[in-house]
Amino acid sequence: MSGYRIHRKGERIQRQKPLSFIFDNVRYNAFAGDTLASALLANGVRLIGRSFKYGRPRGIVGFGAEEPNALIQLETGAHTVPDLKATQVELYQGLVAASTTGYPSLDFDYKGLLGKLGRFMPPGFYYKTFMEPVNAWPFYEKYIRKAAGYGRAPVEADPESYDHLHHHVDVLVVGGGAAGLWAATLAGRAGLKTLLVDEQAEAGGWLLTDRRSRIDGLEPTEWLAERLAELDSLPNVSVLTRTTAFALHDGNLVQALELVQDHLPLTERNAALPRQRLHKIRSHQLVLATGAIERPLVFGYNDVPGVMTVAAGHSYLNRYGVAVGREVLLQTQNDAAYDAAFDLAASGVKVTVADARCDGPARWRQDALSRAGIQLLSGHGIARVLGDKTVNGVELVRLDGQRNAATGKGPRLNVDTVLSSGGLTSTVHLFCHNGGRPVWRDDRLSFVCPDEGRDNIACVGAITGRWELDEALAQTHQACLGFLQKAGRATGFLAPKVNGDAISAPRAIFRLPDGKPEGRGAKAFVDYQNDVAAADIHLAVRENYRSVEHVKRYTALGFGTDQGKLSNINGFAIAAEALGKPIAEVGTTTYRPAYTPVTFGALAGAHVGDTFEPRRYTAMQASHDARQAEYETVGQWMRPWYFPKAGEDLHAAVNRECLATRNSVGVMDASTLGKIDVKGPDAREFLNRIYSNAWSKLDPGKCRYGLMLDENGMVMDDGVTACIADDHFHMTTTTGGAARVYSWLERWHQTEWPELKVRFTTTTDHWATVAVVGPNSRKVLQKLCGDINFDPEAFKFMDWRPGTVAGLPARVFRISFSGELAYEINVDANYGRYIWEEVMKAGAEFDITPYGTESMHVLRAEKGFIIVGQDTDGSMSPIDLAMGWAVGMKKPFSFLGKRSLSRSHTGGEGRKQLVGLMPLDAATVLAEGAQILNNTDDTVPAAMQGHVTSSYHSAFLGRSIAMAVLKDGSKREGDTVQVWAHGKSVPAKVVSSVFVDKEGVRQHA
Amino acid sequence: MLRIHCPYCREVREEEEFGYAGEAYIARPAAPEEVDDAVWGDYVFHRKNPRGWHWEQWQHVAGCRKVFVVKRHTVTYEIAGSWTLAEGKALYLSEEQS
Repeated sequence: MSGYRIHRKGERIQRQKPLSFIFDNVRYNAFAGDTLASALLANGVRLIGRSFKYGRPRGIVGFGAEEPNALIQLETGAHTVPDLKATQVELYQGLVAASTTGYPSLDFDYKGLLGKLGRFMPPGFYYKTFMEPVNAWPFYEKYIRKAAGYGRAPVEADPESYDHLHHHVDVLVVGGGAAGLWAATLAGRAGLKTLLVDEQAEAGGWLLTDRRSRIDGLEPTEWLAERLAELDSLPNVSVLTRTTAFALHDGNLVQALELVQDHLPLTERNAALPRQRLHKIRSHQLVLATGAIERPLVFGYNDVPGVMTVAAGHSYLNRYGVAVGREVLLQTQNDAAYDAAFDLAASGVKVTVADARCDGPARWRQDALSRAGIQLLSGHGIARVLGDKTVNGVELVRLDGQRNAATGKGPRLNVDTVLSSGGLTSTVHLFCHNGGRPVWRDDRLSFVCPDEGRDNIACVGAITGRWELDEALAQTHQACLGFLQKAGRATGFLAPKVNGDAISAPRAIFRLPDGKPEGRGAKAFVDYQNDVAAADIHLAVRENYRSVEHVKRYTALGFGTDQGKLSNINGFAIAAEALGKPIAEVGTTTYRPAYTPVTFGALAGAHVGDTFEPRRYTAMQASHDARQAEYETVGQWMRPWYFPKAGEDLHAAVNRECLATRNSVGVMDASTLGKIDVKGPDAREFLNRIYSNAWSKLDPGKCRYGLMLDENGMVMDDGVTACIADDHFHMTTTTGGAARVYSWLERWHQTEWPELKVRFTTTTDHWATVAVVGPNSRKVLQKLCGDINFDPEAFKFMDWRPGTVAGLPARVFRISFSGELAYEINVDANYGRYIWEEVMKAGAEFDITPYGTESMHVLRAEKGFIIVGQDTDGSMSPIDLAMGWAVGMKKPFSFLGKRSLSRSHTGGEGRKQLVGLMPLDAATVLAEGAQILNNTDDTVPAAMQGHVTSSYHSAFLGRSIAMAVLKDGSKREGDTVQVWAHGKSVPAKVVSSVFVDKEGVRQHA
Repeated sequence: MLRIHCPYCREVREEEEFGYAGEAYIARPAAPEEVDDAVWGDYVFHRKNPRGWHWEQWQHVAGCRKVFVVKRHTVTYEIAGSWTLAEGKALYLSEEQS
């Protein structure tokens, strides 16, 4: 029989609130305030999981974030969460949890049989065993994968919500133990805006377990209550519990995860609140008071359920009223662990202490042991633990006083529980996340944070290796006065007074020797979660892994959900011994965020589903929806892609839309086109500098197509700009390039030409734009507008006119992206839907046909019009695009990109240039992105000549067409090339990229 | 994430409000046609990429839309200050000379 409840003064459970929960289909009772781990232990449940590699039975080892074994699956269905540590799961009424390992059952596991067969799997087992034949690996992998892993990821959508909260504070204190509480108290008293975060359900840290110390004459929990009451009374101090600071970034940015509702039954959670909240905290001064974690010692079969850390056994007793066993062997190499022995013995547990030090602990503790009737075995260590699914005894050895070696057999004891303490390990993680290095201290036997911290980061308490409360609080006080004085907030407060008890130095021992060479005796585990034993580390070093980072990766030491919180120092120490180097020289592996696992939900926050990214719709969306438009995403815009009629697929719809447009009239929502209002006396000069073509002679009422080049002479955007007045232009950009172009204009204006008097206003959203396209478009416009003369001679191609369309003030541009007679009507965006419907009504007699971006693409490709970003990729000059006509080389100012056009590389031979392609088989539509080869018999590696940029079936031409970039393409018209894609080569003829109406008769009609 | 002071808005704001706009004070040749390919190529392509203090342009794109200069350390990410283009230029030039 193990584990039972016992009343303890100061316990944190609420006996008046009994709860029940289910673990592996069995119902158990517990109390509010329990963790799942304390509740399982109280119910005598020890077997919680099976180990990763060998399927060995495993139980609870720790009591917090350090727990390596007790990974559980919480709840089921959409609410299921895999691999939570039972030690961190707060119990609530009706909680359902299950073990994550064991096949076919936790009690009987096939992998467990493997683990019992003599030879264990060494590091690199899979690489070494499944090397041959190479192509059989997928076969092996299928079965190996089945045997691996812990919990199961949820497959249903998460029904809960998450959010983010930003803080800006003077002081952030991480850790609500004694040191953190005192730091927050001082900062709070000094009037600084202070935030304290603590990962547990209540602040206090070790104060919740400690019964020995007296602080200013108060018991630890009394002093804790006093601190919390004071912090609560200070309006400038906030305390967040259940909040784990998991990452430190540059500029003192800390990310912390608050478990807002995880501790509540699913049925009692408030849908208006998030399940978890991610806090992004900026502080001027960061105080790291993250404390320390006790590590176990490494000895034979130290993984049998019922072997735990002393700190865990102690905390379960004092915090949760759970005695973890009835007969306990407590193995230590330090003094602090004795507190647990006294508290357990006082609770009626039979305790024996084995101390690796031959002289035992400080005198006063030895006297207290005698008084408490606790047997002390000085100079003893555990050789191995007896038992399979639970501890039923230990075999001890006598230890040499100097060397870490066994000198003879010790007694064999019948115990049901083993607690071991190998000393404390400072929780240095956050300090190291953004470049801090921990230092090894031989007197503290841990890597610790340096006393001086870093700029604006103070390290206080056990994180600096101050294990004893008196020294921890004294150092905290000093460090805080340091930064308070620097901030001009010197305080006269006195440090708390703590009773200082004499202690004997700990023994530098990590692996308890059993008298046998490493690898021969009982398996001694260093990393439980990854089944890494001491012998594995020795083997890794024998196989010449010399860096601790490599040893880690070869053995998997320190991987997994616990990230080696218990195992790292032991692993480094064993590696150091194997390498014959001091630990300080071996160093640590790299500490990276996150300190403990963070849910994807919390990281995403509100940025999921519909709120993942803004989605922009034009003012005409309701009309498009009513006509069953399919949408495509262009940047953030949702643009109608095509308008299928019943039974039509994309191709059928596009063929119909294109033919209707070329033969009668089509209509498209062009509102997403970027629009920038350029105004000022120097607007024209500015356009001359920013565009490749000339703007000096563009009169009001006229439009011009412009090419925008970067300074390297490559096309970066294009669009039509209309002259509204001599000092006023309406610029349009590509839909995706609007924001970039807007910034581009401003930057050149502000940095290079601030003397130019010109202003830019983004007006994309101000205008609703309808493109009316096709031979009947003029008739539609004439029906809608009485005050513009649409006579072809009066309103020419590339003219624009102000007027009244459907009763609305409008700007009508006669421009064309299809090669057809076409008009773009621009009205106040608030009338978007109205103008669209008016155009539809007016066009009804011509069977006006709405079309989307896909038909727009086909229509423009039939005319060889480029789309920047599709037919260009930032390495195409206007010359490459056969658009030399849009380059005003004679303009007085050297416009952006001009000089580059005459650089040797830009003007030379062998550049890829825009061409048209016609597959010899008219029914074959080339794959966009397909590579172009010169000959069918080209072999790998073939000399690639270019690639297809746009490719469609043209219903108007009754055949396939394509645009492509081809090396020296301007000289290759008439050649036949091979277009290679998907393992197949298709012949195509190089032609002009203008497939329809080369003379431009239609658009000038 | 950096926190950047906008000299126009006179406030320290999160980096996400700003757009990086490259190295500061790169002089565009006054007469591009009169410089050779090497000089022009240097202007277009070559950047300092220092390990240390770096003068760079930022634009307050989600704010006043002004371009200004920031002196930032590329190793520590420390920001020494931010100035308007005109104010910063004097300081930049005095540092260049010393």
